[in-house]
Amino acid sequence: MSEPITFKRHLRMNTPEKADFFDQTAQGVLSQPLDRPEGKLKVTGTASYADDVHPPETAYGWFVRAPIAKGWVTGLNTAELRAMPGVLAVIRDDRMIMHPAQGQQGKSPPQGPSEVFYAGQPVALVVAETFEQARDAAQAARPELIDRSDKAALKLPLDDYETPKSKQAAQGDLDKAMTEAAFAVDQVYETPSMSHSAMEPHAAVAWWDDGKLTVRGSYQMLKTNVAELADALGISARKVRILAPYVGGGFGGKLGISHEAVGAAIAAQRLGRPVAIALHRRNVYEATHRRSESRQRIRLAAGADGRLAGIGHEAWVSSMFGDSFSEPVTQASPFTYAGENRVIGHHVARLNLTAPGSMRAPGEAIGVPIVELAMDELAQAAGLDPVELRLRNIPDEDPSTGKPFSSNRLEDCLRQGAERFGWADRPEPGARREGEWLIGMGMASAVRVNTLEPSEAAIILLPDGTARVETDMTDIGTGSYAILTQIAAEALGLPVERVTTVLGDSDLPPSSGSGGSFGAASSGSSVLLAAQALRAQLAERMGCDADEMTLKDGQAIAGNRTRALPDLLAGDTLRGEGAIDPGATSQTVRQATWGAQFAEVAVSTVTGEVQLRRLAATFACGRILNPKTARSQCIGGMIFGIGSALTEHVAHDPRDGHFVNRDLAEYHVPANLDVPKIDIAFLPDRDAHANPMQAKGIGELACCGTAGAIVNAIANATGKRFREFPVTLDKVLAALG
Amino acid sequence: MRPFTYTRAEDAAAALAAGGRFIAGGTNLLDLMKLQVETPDALVDINHVGLDAIAPEGEGLLVGALVRNADLAADPRVRRDWPLLSRAILAGASAQIRNRATTGGNLLQRTRCPYFYDLDTPCNKRQPGSGCSAQGGFNRTLAILGASEACIATFPGDMPVALAALDAEIRIDGPNGARTLPAAGFHRLPGDTPERDTNLEPGELITSVALPAPTGGRQIYRKVRDRRSFAFALVSVAADVVMDGGTIRQARVALGGVAARPWMLPEAQALLDGQPPSAALFGRFADRLLAGAKGHGENDFKIPLARRTVIAVLTEATGGDAA
Ligand SMILES: Cc1cc2nc3c(=O)[nH]c(=O)nc-3n(C[C@H](O)[C@H](O)[C@H](O)COP(=O)(O)OP(=O)(O)OC[C@H]3O[C@@H](n4cnc5c(N)ncnc54)[C@H](O)[C@@H]3O)c2cc1C
Ligand code: SF4
Repeated sequence: MSEPITFKRHLRMNTPEKADFFDQTAQGVLSQPLDRPEGKLKVTGTASYADDVHPPETAYGWFVRAPIAKGWVTGLNTAELRAMPGVLAVIRDDRMIMHPAQGQQGKSPPQGPSEVFYAGQPVALVVAETFEQARDAAQAARPELIDRSDKAALKLPLDDYETPKSKQAAQGDLDKAMTEAAFAVDQVYETPSMSHSAMEPHAAVAWWDDGKLTVRGSYQMLKTNVAELADALGISARKVRILAPYVGGGFGGKLGISHEAVGAAIAAQRLGRPVAIALHRRNVYEATHRRSESRQRIRLAAGADGRLAGIGHEAWVSSMFGDSFSEPVTQASPFTYAGENRVIGHHVARLNLTAPGSMRAPGEAIGVPIVELAMDELAQAAGLDPVELRLRNIPDEDPSTGKPFSSNRLEDCLRQGAERFGWADRPEPGARREGEWLIGMGMASAVRVNTLEPSEAAIILLPDGTARVETDMTDIGTGSYAILTQIAAEALGLPVERVTTVLGDSDLPPSSGSGGSFGAASSGSSVLLAAQALRAQLAERMGCDADEMTLKDGQAIAGNRTRALPDLLAGDTLRGEGAIDPGATSQTVRQATWGAQFAEVAVSTVTGEVQLRRLAATFACGRILNPKTARSQCIGGMIFGIGSALTEHVAHDPRDGHFVNRDLAEYHVPANLDVPKIDIAFLPDRDAHANPMQAKGIGELACCGTAGAIVNAIANATGKRFREFPVTLDKVLAALG
Repeated sequence: MRPFTYTRAEDAAAALAAGGRFIAGGTNLLDLMKLQVETPDALVDINHVGLDAIAPEGEGLLVGALVRNADLAADPRVRRDWPLLSRAILAGASAQIRNRATTGGNLLQRTRCPYFYDLDTPCNKRQPGSGCSAQGGFNRTLAILGASEACIATFPGDMPVALAALDAEIRIDGPNGARTLPAAGFHRLPGDTPERDTNLEPGELITSVALPAPTGGRQIYRKVRDRRSFAFALVSVAADVVMDGGTIRQARVALGGVAARPWMLPEAQALLDGQPPSAALFGRFADRLLAGAKGHGENDFKIPLARRTVIAVLTEATGGDAA
């Protein structure tokens, strides 16, 4: 094969896109419901996830957990463990990490195997010839402890919070607005500690070759994961390669490296052979991230017509000692609804519990539904239809900053969503009954900030006219393989069969990674730019301007001339490199995605059980790149919302905070029967400020609001308010009396 | 998991002679072994001993101990004459687990008290004398009836609750010969020996479960839980109620999820015999059945929940409107 000739295109998103590129392409594969190219591998069990490939001589690791919430580990029965069958090493190394890196942290989290900050913290690693031997020996480990669990902080306190200045905001005089309001709501709500519960446990298989480390792992953001791992090990990032071709669910739980990557790398280095560590479920639950519990106070002050004069959203959450992340609960509250008097508060307590981190839609996933509960209470107080109350409070511009919205489709979502769902049929609170079941309907707005991250990709156009997309982007079950293939195929005028996409290798051009719903837009834009670099070269070879040329079915067409790509390439291999960077459009306008969610529930007057009957949502989130994968993302997101409303919570032991319901039998993600028919509609939408594809985030928006709609439906069914998630049957029974 | 020896028994006699821990579907025992909650030195695989038929016995039905839960639930005779059993099985676990789990293994599944599964916390059932972490801990799912100071665990299963209400008999073979136990008397309350879940003696093998002639009554299994499938019961009610015109001829009612055994009280059932159904009667029955119930904080709600569910099930079983 010939040396590729390289062409580059870089775009900093400083101005909105004037022309919509994909309105002019001809292949017609973008926005089609393409099956996932890797789908067959996945459903036949042949896609190789992190722990599915073990090089020869692989040894196996298992972590020893701290059985205390706070204190120190001063020693271990190492000699005894070393003498057990098959044991190769018992490792307590200063480079081991105490909890995972946060998303995009790019450096190692705190290290050392001695000080204990939470029950379940990994404090030693046992490595053996077989998985069973490693587990057996780790179970025989007896850490020597200084136990200070009695001094541990295990619950959100009443006071004693950090109140970071940059996270507080106030405008006008909310107290005054509250006293002058015709209708006001001032309530405190609570959401529980939650866990991602991805199907694939975190895993890493590490080996060293001539001073270079390779890790097969299950991670979402390879660019920063490489930096984190290198920093933890004290080596150059150039010496680290991470492979993550398939990731069996992440939901934010695999944004940063966690202890298995560092542990496997240290063990492989020490033993001079590959080491595999697949975490067991308890270890995933305890020692990776969780979503913080929250307490939220909402104040709403409305005039007689229901128009808001003031909004207060204050949140109290927990964080790991020394960590900078805390759930940005109020993220959407500065701009969702109008109101000139506003208070945003954010308070952080350090707790001796599993470290909080990002989980699908950090912030909005728990902040938006709670605001929506309060809005429902306000609608009732004001005697207004809940949809109408929202419609009256859609601001013309970001009310906190005065910046224009790049696009605000909340009104369209509300109106069309209500129509589709049959909202007009909503009963009076507590008024509709079928046998023992009370029937109710509820709704909520959905909103999530939209962002763009730096991302790079390459497309190699081979002499035979086929193309290969390369980027270190990950597919965490979302459909990255499908959409990146479609984007390249559409932009280069190729049938999708002639495009292959290679992902999940940190040696490839660094992408945004998967997180914050920016992955598709960011990495997709870089693929588009790479394709545009190639188009320019192809146009040159056609002797025309790029916009005079049409690419379709592997042919270039300009005027009355048509040439097949292999002919045009004349034996050359072309490499297009694309890079996108966020620019002024991230600052000059308020970018967000929008939706309206509706739920119908039945509540048993006998047992307090809640059964969902219907869920429906209408979303506006830019260009839909693939309606099938987009819809799947929304279904998944809304199921997240069901769990948050009805079933999911981490039970922390009251004495040492340990994660008691630490398996999938007892941490209740919704099961199939909990999930009703879900109706999803996407509004035709474009956002020229977002990125050159005019596509926006999807997967997180879908879980912002769902829980609000469900819990408001329960209120409508029963005539009672529920201010603590999840609404389990004991709470319903207590309210029904 | 500790190393163990493995023997595959070809018939029941060989299984008994082998001397070791029986493994059937393995859906509970293997989990417990991986966690080292159970550490048998020897496993005797009974999946090949036969005992996997469902056959008529008089007017009743004899169910082999190795009959899979899925097969039992799907059996047309069971579905017609003992629908309670079918529904109870289908209310439990998942399709995959039911395909593997056996009749004998289901009866012997151990508690789901989370501390029982956690070697880093004290548990009298796992390690007698070490203490009970559930008291003062997370006990949402645990017992309100028949508990002791030593242990507040529940028996978590569904099928055995139906077997108790259906008056089934557990057939056992063992080193000291064959014997039977009533399903309602198979499991034990903890007392001060919470490590013993059942009245099965060490080394004994469950060979079959015998269902007596069907009563022809109205049979209902209602399971109340934290999600709609794949969750253990917070409370379940199994009822088989025979009506005689406007009065109750015979009612058998067992509660699941509330005690270390399916909870039945003959003297409470006697309150129902010969009586016309009424909300007041069912309330008195429920109060009697739940007499002495005691919550442990987080599970206090189970007491009113059990009461309401019992009343609703009896109302439905006697032809009334559950609401
Ligand atoms: C995630 C999950 C959810 C579940 N949910 C439910 C639920 O909702 N409801 C429910 O009822 N159950 C539930 N189960 C439990 C399930 O029903 C039991 O695991 C199963 O019935 C056990 O049967 P088995 O054949 O696999 O037993 P095994 O695991 O093979 O054995 C269990 C015990 O029985 C002994 N044993 C087995 N057969 C015999 C015999 N013939 N004679 C003497 N001893 C014997 C074994 O020595 C062992 O001690 C769930 C299980 C799991 C893992
Ligand atoms: S309730 Fe029983 S099983 Fe649970 S911790 Fe206490 S003794 Fe152990």
